[in-house]
Amino acid sequence: MKDIIRISIVLLAVSGLLLYAVSLLERSSATTGSGTISVFNWGEYIDPELIEQFEEETNIQVVYETFASNEAMMTKIEQGGTSYDVAMPSEYAIEKMKESDMLLPIDHSKIPNLENIDPYFLDLPFDPGNEYSIPYFWGTVGIAFNPTLLEDGQTFESWDDLWDPALSQEVVLVDSAREVIGMGLNSLGYSLNSTDMDKLREATEKLKTLGPNVKAIIGDEIVEMMRREEAAVALTWSGQAADMMWINEDIDFSVPQEGSNLWFDNMIIPATATNVEGAHAFINFMLDAEVAAQNADYVGYSTPNEAATELMDPEVIEDERFYPPEELRGRLEVYENLGLEMLGVYNEFFLEFKMDMEN
Amino acid sequence: MENSSKRPIYLLPYYLWIALFVITPIALVAYFSFFDLSGNLTLENYRNFFTSVYLRMTLSSFWYAFLITLFSILIAYPTAYLLTKTKHKQLWLLLIIIPSWINLLLKTYAFIGIFGLYGPANQFLEFLGIGQQQILFTDFSFVFVSVYIFIPFMILPIFNSLDKLNPALIDASRDLGASSWTTFRRIIFPLAIGGVKSGVQAVFIPALSLFMITRLIAGNKVITLGTAIEQQFLVTQNWGMGSTIAVFLILFMFIIMMLTGQRDKGGTTNVKTK
Repeated sequence: MKDIIRISIVLLAVSGLLLYAVSLLERSSATTGSGTISVFNWGEYIDPELIEQFEEETNIQVVYETFASNEAMMTKIEQGGTSYDVAMPSEYAIEKMKESDMLLPIDHSKIPNLENIDPYFLDLPFDPGNEYSIPYFWGTVGIAFNPTLLEDGQTFESWDDLWDPALSQEVVLVDSAREVIGMGLNSLGYSLNSTDMDKLREATEKLKTLGPNVKAIIGDEIVEMMRREEAAVALTWSGQAADMMWINEDIDFSVPQEGSNLWFDNMIIPATATNVEGAHAFINFMLDAEVAAQNADYVGYSTPNEAATELMDPEVIEDERFYPPEELRGRLEVYENLGLEMLGVYNEFFLEFKMDMEN
Repeated sequence: MENSSKRPIYLLPYYLWIALFVITPIALVAYFSFFDLSGNLTLENYRNFFTSVYLRMTLSSFWYAFLITLFSILIAYPTAYLLTKTKHKQLWLLLIIIPSWINLLLKTYAFIGIFGLYGPANQFLEFLGIGQQQILFTDFSFVFVSVYIFIPFMILPIFNSLDKLNPALIDASRDLGASSWTTFRRIIFPLAIGGVKSGVQAVFIPALSLFMITRLIAGNKVITLGTAIEQQFLVTQNWGMGSTIAVFLILFMFIIMMLTGQRDKGGTTNVKTK
């Protein structure tokens, strides 16, 4: 019994000291500026130096957190455990959040840098007039491949090239229902926003025959796998492909002819935000030409910031794999918000595909 | 020792804990399982569970959980038996327990490197002249890594029950002319079965709902009920269906607890007694 009391006292004393230390640390970091903002972003989707620069320039402290999927992000914002001030969802998620009143309107007068954005990326159907969202990055879905690990002359002009028997156990897919089922739909010439059960069924059946070529269905680990030449072919987002190419120069990227997904990630202010002023300041800061150029350089995705592209390496900007010209963008489709019902259906088909992959 | 009338006060934290963290969550899971996406009361989720996709997923979860448990026993039993014979039992035991203090995800990520095409496992195979093999993203790697992660939870209870065995019983068996095999079969095994049962509970039940390892090590080529629950909650946001799968998982757990439950009062069953 004595021991228990002694241990309890020691534990209490240690926790007390730790608490005190934490409060000291927090006091020193929270400067007297306009407080803090919480930014909720995808993983590896910002140059950390820019966060520091923002903190120095504005005296606003940034609490930075990351998420792995639009759905996870929305769930967390909805639950309201933490109040985030800025988040970067994709277009269909913005549509959905708008419908459920999860967004605050953005005051354009506080974002003078908005003029830097290429008008092509403004006033898009998912948010007319950019009332609730400001463009951050955009990109496509395509095939990253490493020619040194493949037979000579293997190209990926068509989705059907993935079914080539020579690629046995070489293809990795992103673990995301809309990308994979969408690829199946595209390969059959259907829209990747299809809600027709017969077409979805047909796409799933076709995907099952891809089984022998599939090495794995994984998340962000795809980048490491490709970099280390563990896998030769990957269905992935353009920016992830850029990440791979940054380290392993052999890797190439292609968006097949049948069409693919064109996506936009925009900055939004959730309805639960506590520092709306700070959020506007952050959005405006990210749109600054030099900041956006540095960020695009670091992240590797395509920036919608026209002023920034002028500051960037022309070789990057003219690379049609990552900055497809407008006429090429015509064969790309933007995801529509299909509703939770349909998302469920996509996921059931995806699950079925995973279960029934032919080996 | 203590005045028996005071006992209820000491039990209060326990009851509170059980009510808040065991009964409430299970009740909530059961409650949510009766709602569809738009919040209507329905049995649709249960009907959905009995479609072929989920039934086959259940079967495959059980199959892999069975394999993981089987290999855990096959490795853990001889290990635990040897441990009881060593001189510095507690030290050896500690060496087995220490890895279980390391976060499960970290260990899993380590295996991505070890089993990779250019990792040590493949270098060894090449050294043996077998050549490079695809080890990662196979059934084998999945079962191997899972067994590695669960094995301390199998060794501990078996070790405890073997260690508490009265050596006089074994001596008696030998004196009466039984061979080592008969001694094992008739004396050691029946007396230590409690430890095996606790080990099975500690391994089989978590193995049923594994999910991170299915993606990182098996590349989603192994699909378990855990994977489906994760997807329903985080991607589809269909809490009803996710809860329904969880209800079945809880049911399976109760069944397994009942099957491996202790009828005798051996006292050798508690995993936590070390």
